[in-house]
Amino acid sequence: MCGIVGLLLKKPSLRPSLGELMVPMLVGMTERGPDSSGMAVFSDGVAEGWRKISLYCAARAFDWSRLQTELREYLGDVTFTLNANHCIVATRSDPAKVREWLKRQYPAVHCLSVGRSIDLYKDIGLPSQVADRYSFSRLSGTHLVGHTRMATESAVTPENAHPYTAGEDWCLVHNGSLANPGSLRRKLEKLGEQFESDCDTEAACRYLHWRLTSGDDLETALERAFDDFDGFFTFLMGTRDKLALVRDPFACKPAVVAETDEYVAIASEFRSLAHLPGIRHAAVFEPKPAEVYAWSIQ
Amino acid sequence: MVYSIEKEGPRVVNSIEKEGPRVVNSIEKEGPRVVNSTKTESPRVVNSVKTESPRVVGSMKEPRGRVVFDLERQTVRELNQFLHGDLIEVTEVAVQNPDGAHNIAVGVNAPIRVDIDGHTGYYAAGMNKEATVVVHGNAGPGVAENMMSGRVEVGGFASGGAGASAHGGLLVVRGDAGLRCGISLKGADIVVGGDVGSFSAFMAQAGRMIICGNAGDGLGDSLYEAVIYVRGDIRSLGADARIEPMTERDHVAVRELLDAAKIAHPGGEFKRVASARTLYHWNADSNQTY
Repeated sequence: MCGIVGLLLKKPSLRPSLGELMVPMLVGMTERGPDSSGMAVFSDGVAEGWRKISLYCAARAFDWSRLQTELREYLGDVTFTLNANHCIVATRSDPAKVREWLKRQYPAVHCLSVGRSIDLYKDIGLPSQVADRYSFSRLSGTHLVGHTRMATESAVTPENAHPYTAGEDWCLVHNGSLANPGSLRRKLEKLGEQFESDCDTEAACRYLHWRLTSGDDLETALERAFDDFDGFFTFLMGTRDKLALVRDPFACKPAVVAETDEYVAIASEFRSLAHLPGIRHAAVFEPKPAEVYAWSIQ
Repeated sequence: MVYSIEKEGPRVVNSIEKEGPRVVNSIEKEGPRVVNSTKTESPRVVNSVKTESPRVVGSMKEPRGRVVFDLERQTVRELNQFLHGDLIEVTEVAVQNPDGAHNIAVGVNAPIRVDIDGHTGYYAAGMNKEATVVVHGNAGPGVAENMMSGRVEVGGFASGGAGASAHGGLLVVRGDAGLRCGISLKGADIVVGGDVGSFSAFMAQAGRMIICGNAGDGLGDSLYEAVIYVRGDIRSLGADARIEPMTERDHVAVRELLDAAKIAHPGGEFKRVASARTLYHWNADSNQTY
């Protein structure tokens, strides 16, 4: 069991309140996922040619200032936004170069996401603890994807928490479990996809990334996934300008959507949506199985 | 299905507090706690929850016997313990701000009415016996699961597994019902005003189901003696389910159930889906293909 939440703000004036609106959604899914949680926040993003890289180190006492000094020496033009044991690096350099440097110099520092719009946080602990640790309520942006995890098939570690990312400005969270992540993984590793955790969701994430970079659009990639994934899933995906939701053909895992003129909110259960403004007048519906739902920012 | 939970009528608060010896909160200091009270005894201590709730708000204007629970301030456990207590003189319970909480009004075993003003989470009105439980909103998974008797109504949509393994009573879903509606039905009646999802009435053993809209895949797979009436399209029938001619008895059953559900006949013809009973006996020649 896990909880998923998503929020896309249609009304630009609400964007500074994105985190504030989201935290009760995330905390509302605590019973579905008390082990760890995470959030991918999309915002207007950095200028053309720049990339943001979300970094994480499990050690709370990690010396970020030393890393910053050394990385500045290595890359030149670079900015840092430090938030607890999380740091967003903005750079014009190739993100691959940063990853390689980290692997060499700071193997304990993990790269959580890369893109112009995405910032990604994930850690172990109750959703409320993770939200407090990274001050989620102060986050702003256009849309976000959140997750609370109850581990069923791999250990409770920060890297096994969701969201998962692959490529740039793309993330995925999962409620459910796959029965064939091992065979998917073997297939994908042969095709050059690199894995960073042992969670079944990463196999789904890499699979979809492989299809999307092989020329499929999201709908086609998910059609293939219905054939190739053995198991249960409700997936919520985020891109630079979109949220997309899909449930397996058996709809084993729940999802509910509430839409008003101001926002689209998605959660595993209505109790995570009950606090939202204007919810009593929202159009509330359950997404149908095996259908792809997508919402874009204006 | 879009459902607004704004509803007509006044919000009702309770009138019992001032009207007599009936004590809803336990006031253990004020007298002996009556455990095995006979009906003539008083004060009747109904609920021994030691917190200040259920908060019974008195108002002389409101009908006698009506109790209000506000789940913004009270817990589902308090509500359910109250519902499982001695409900003499209680005829109606109103539940405000359900906000998708789980297990609201499960296991009620008394001929009372429970009105839930909003959306419910998992298992609302599960195991219901005798009570009428009305969800003025949408219901989460497993609404009226294993109902024994009484009536459960959902004003909006019902998520998966609505009325699963219900033995008796009537479940009415005015909107759509999700997947596996009436799975393993054991004798209850279900009326759905909209569509039902796939695998509905899977292994349904007894009872009747009316579907005014369309049905998904695998309708009535491995049916026993339950009968399904569908007005709309059936995407596919499950193994051993077949469409049979409507008899006069079937027409009467449809009319009766729609009347009981207070849902207007959608017009046109219903189809009767029942078991072909080919799975009732082992058939070595079928070579495991059904």
